[in-house]
Amino acid sequence: MSERITDPRAASWYEASARARIDGLLDPGSFAEILGPEQRRMSPHLPLFDLPRAFDDGMIVGAGRLDGRPVLVAAQEGRFMGGAFGEVHGAKLVGLLRAAPALKPAAVLILFDTGGVRLQEANAGETAIAEVMRAIAEVRAAGVPVVGLIGGRAGAYGGGGLIAGTCSRLAVSEGGRISVSGPEVIETNKGAEEFDSRDRALVWRTMGGKHRRLTGGADAFADDTVAAFRAAAIDLIGRAPAFDLVTLEAEQARLEQRLDRFGDCRDAAEIWGRLGVNDPAAVPGLTAADFDALLAGLAETTHDAR
Amino acid sequence: MTLAEILASLFPEGHDVAVTDGLVAGDGPFWGGRLAVIGVDGNTALGVEGACRLAGCVLDVVRRGGGTPILVVVDSDSQRMSRRDELLGLNEYLAHLAKCLLLADRGGHPTVGLVYGHTAAGAFIATALATRALAGLPGANPSVMDLPSVARVTKLPLDRLEAMAKDTPVFAPGLDNMVRTGAVHAVLDPAQPLGPQVAALIDGLPAADTRDALGAERGGRPVAQAIAAEVARGARLG
Repeated sequence: MSERITDPRAASWYEASARARIDGLLDPGSFAEILGPEQRRMSPHLPLFDLPRAFDDGMIVGAGRLDGRPVLVAAQEGRFMGGAFGEVHGAKLVGLLRAAPALKPAAVLILFDTGGVRLQEANAGETAIAEVMRAIAEVRAAGVPVVGLIGGRAGAYGGGGLIAGTCSRLAVSEGGRISVSGPEVIETNKGAEEFDSRDRALVWRTMGGKHRRLTGGADAFADDTVAAFRAAAIDLIGRAPAFDLVTLEAEQARLEQRLDRFGDCRDAAEIWGRLGVNDPAAVPGLTAADFDALLAGLAETTHDAR
Repeated sequence: MTLAEILASLFPEGHDVAVTDGLVAGDGPFWGGRLAVIGVDGNTALGVEGACRLAGCVLDVVRRGGGTPILVVVDSDSQRMSRRDELLGLNEYLAHLAKCLLLADRGGHPTVGLVYGHTAAGAFIATALATRALAGLPGANPSVMDLPSVARVTKLPLDRLEAMAKDTPVFAPGLDNMVRTGAVHAVLDPAQPLGPQVAALIDGLPAADTRDALGAERGGRPVAQAIAAEVARGARLG
């Protein structure tokens, strides 16, 4: 009940549902969903596993306005199957991206909240991720920025991390995590000495928003509010890199330099220290404003070709 | 087929393709021009250094121009699973490799994948699945995750999963299932020279991404194409 009287933009991005994020992110009342839940386009596969289905398969796609400009939007619902990519879920994003080169919106926004591929539909999910990445390349090549927003419970893991790395620009919050193998996957395969998934501070430090922003894996750090993500999205649309040889050569140089400078580091705090952060231990506790002030004093963080 | 056999079949006049630390790179004479080859051999896990090196090779091909096609050969593990790789931003390295292949393809360098061994998860997406057409050789075993791991995550008994895998291509590992979902376009014949077969794939490359159409046709992904088409048709700017 309290949701009705609360300003949707003041809400926590982390706590909000995918629909609430879209509502607060876009200009009020501007969102028009495509293939909404009333169409009941559910997974044809989950019943085989005796698993419940969702009317939208955990993916909401549509069009709306951001700061008066037309955008296409896709949002993953992390509360359904961990936001994982199944056949319908992935195909909705693929379809939205394929519409973008002709429609030429001001941007395509992807609100990530995913653990990666839905294992019950693994081959369909994996292939959809490849299709999404190809489609993003086409959208970017057509001059339309693809902006990823990452701050949900499920983070952006597995193939979601690869899709994030394909976007023109990324905004991430403290709670947003970007990674390929998740902590539990590394622990299961390599042991707790390699990665203790219960050590939450280690998880945030290694995969969390501040580390990604500090090392160039994301372009903006946002407070955990819908309003902050809205402001970040508006800003990032205006400074999206082209998808061309110049950008990818610059990214190649950026990623090679990272290996040279930090390849022997064991922990994120060591990397932050080498970046010039005086008190790495204090970084996890910094507010977004203090963190932005810290960033302003570090040259490398403007190195953001992607 | 082993990588050496594949290269011998592709390049009967010899080639300059070398394998270092499980990473494949080089080129050879091909139909009056050159064919660039990159990839992963020996069930090697793809980590930050490997992805970065392969991406650099792709960019070299693009910089040289001339429309040289790129063959991505894969017999890999999954992405390298380590704290260090994730600390350094493995997602960016793998995505960068995929983007370089997508850029090359858009820039007139046809890209073809060839899976001849294992491959899985992020390593698969960053390499073979980022090409315009993906071929497999019999005996290849692409997967997202092996069934024992699927059993652990889904908490379903392994014997039940194995039984379901027999007639449910959408989740079970293996080349046949990836063919049916449309991820793998064609299976090559190892008894015939590979050069003409790869050349035929390059000549017949689809202009658009047809994997969902193949998946619908072959029954491995029954609804993806229809859903994507419906969303694309329904999209209008407000």
